[in-house]
Amino acid sequence: MSKKSVFVIAAVAGAAVAGTVAARRLRQGGSEDSAGPDDQVEGSTDRWRVVTIAADPEQIAPEGRLPTPLADLDELIEVRFEPAPGDRGTELAARPRAGASHPDDQNDLARMIRRALRESKQLIEAGELATNEPQPEGHRPATPAGLVVDALSRRSPEEGVL
Amino acid sequence: MKALCWTGINKLQVEDVDEPTILEPRDAIVKVTLSTSCGSDLHLLGGYVPGMRAGDVLGHEFMGEIVAVGSGVEKRKVGDRVVVCSFMSCGQCFYCVNGLTSLCDNTNPHPGLGEGLFGASTGGCFGYSQITGGFAGSHAEYVRVPHIDTGAFPIPDGVTDEQAVFASDAVPTGWMGADLGGVKPGDVVAVWGAGGVGQMAARASMLLGAEKVIVIDRLPERLEQARSIIGAETLDYSDTEVMAELRERTGGRGPDVSIEAVGMEAHSERPDYLYDRVKTALKLETDRPTAVREAIMATRKGGSVFVLGVFGGLVDKFPLGAVMNKGLTLRSAQQHGHRYIPMLLERIAAGEIPTGHLATHVMPLADAPKGYEMFKTKDDGCVRAVFRP
Ligand SMILES: NC(=O)c1ccc[n+]([C@@H]2O[C@H](COP(=O)([O-])OP(=O)(O)OC[C@H]3O[C@@H](n4cnc5c(N)ncnc54)[C@H](O)[C@@H]3O)[C@@H](O)[C@H]2O)c1
Ligand SMILES: [Zn+2]
Ligand SMILES: [Zn+2]
Repeated sequence: MSKKSVFVIAAVAGAAVAGTVAARRLRQGGSEDSAGPDDQVEGSTDRWRVVTIAADPEQIAPEGRLPTPLADLDELIEVRFEPAPGDRGTELAARPRAGASHPDDQNDLARMIRRALRESKQLIEAGELATNEPQPEGHRPATPAGLVVDALSRRSPEEGVL
Repeated sequence: MKALCWTGINKLQVEDVDEPTILEPRDAIVKVTLSTSCGSDLHLLGGYVPGMRAGDVLGHEFMGEIVAVGSGVEKRKVGDRVVVCSFMSCGQCFYCVNGLTSLCDNTNPHPGLGEGLFGASTGGCFGYSQITGGFAGSHAEYVRVPHIDTGAFPIPDGVTDEQAVFASDAVPTGWMGADLGGVKPGDVVAVWGAGGVGQMAARASMLLGAEKVIVIDRLPERLEQARSIIGAETLDYSDTEVMAELRERTGGRGPDVSIEAVGMEAHSERPDYLYDRVKTALKLETDRPTAVREAIMATRKGGSVFVLGVFGGLVDKFPLGAVMNKGLTLRSAQQHGHRYIPMLLERIAAGEIPTGHLATHVMPLADAPKGYEMFKTKDDGCVRAVFRP
């Protein structure tokens, strides 16, 4: 790969991360230069993360049983259901249980919650998970830019603004 | 199997890759009969769209035959001859139910990337960078199609492969521009770009009742197609001042609806082109919005502008003042093909939408790198290079 292409990909991949990181900085709040209403709204790694699912609470959690991806985190999280406005189904929210911390760190738990919420929504609405591995691919040289794209792609179900 | 892979900026190669397999119950495997290049691929090829990885299989506009289905497939079956929408739709989420299928919540395995760049993620798309999910594309002998029941449409008898393949992307994209741009009987419509997408937007505008449709480009073969096959008026921007010419042809008003089908690599002879070239080269701007700017300035007061051309990031010198003060409606989208494709296939079968002429260069997949070179430079009158794996 040419130097130019490495630069472009790295720059843009950087932009994608920057967006995510900036969003997370807002969520974590407290940074001096960004203190403002956003911080209070976004809160910290403890805040509620929410997806809207086109289904009733009983379909999402029959007899109170959470969908598997969330049930796997049962000990660590608390979960809230609210009807979504305009017949859009249910707002399903999750956040770390007070005092509960994931063995590694609090960011890891936030990542697991993001993934679990997304996967729960996919399973209930679409009936399956969005996936594409393994699939056909050509030779993937281990260039620095390529490795950045790979790492970002791999982490992306756990990242983003959710 | 053989597949066309992106291997770096402006580099393509046909490689031997593994065949796809069924991964989820609603999947199918389609044996590709025809797969066409699209203007969007040029943005990927040139490195304008972020998130490409060397080894990615290109291609998102295709048709073929279903050769295997997963256990959860209900409507489609092995042997069906189908055209597949470039974007994937789960059919169940809020966006899919409301016809905004390219915004599907559940088909993109990499939602964090789009959220980082745009604040939210699109649905999955074949062969279109990691941002739309990193799915292997259709310039290959076989392709895995998730959600085949919602994403694949049987091709009516009498519609040829060369006609049908464009119902995957160019035709629904053009139709969406006219439909969601609000074209109605009596309108005057201007379309920037006489590629496959622009021509289809022009034809859709006519079918929705526009009284006058003006297609703008500078490539003579394309303008000729727009006149003789689509039935539109044309305007060569290398030959005249676009804004003045449009005013003259629209009674001094400007078009009611402007459809931009050029995208982020627009070319121009205006001074702002040089400005954008420099800014994009220095990475101070990612996209060149020349045609969008022109469309906004040209559109009549209270009119609407639909941006079909693909943009990936940030643009500069955006005439927001014109949008605001002229009371314009500005809309855009990746194509929501699922809501249109069955109707469009019927119209193609009825001879209302000519498409086959776009396939100016049909060739074996092995020649795809050459085909893209031709398509990129628009050499030999190439409108679309189409591959037969
Ligand atoms: N929204 C969607 O879902 C969707 C789907 C398909 C394609 N697209 C986009 O639509 C655009 C067109 O696709 P295509 O396949 O027709 O591409 P294409 O490259 O074949 O055609 C683009 C045309 O625009 C012309 N052009 C360049 N600068 C111009 C200007 N300033 N004024 C007028 N014309 C100009 C070129 O000469 C060319 O004929 C691309 O940006 C593509 O990415 C969007
Ligand atoms: Zn396309
Ligand atoms: Zn959906």
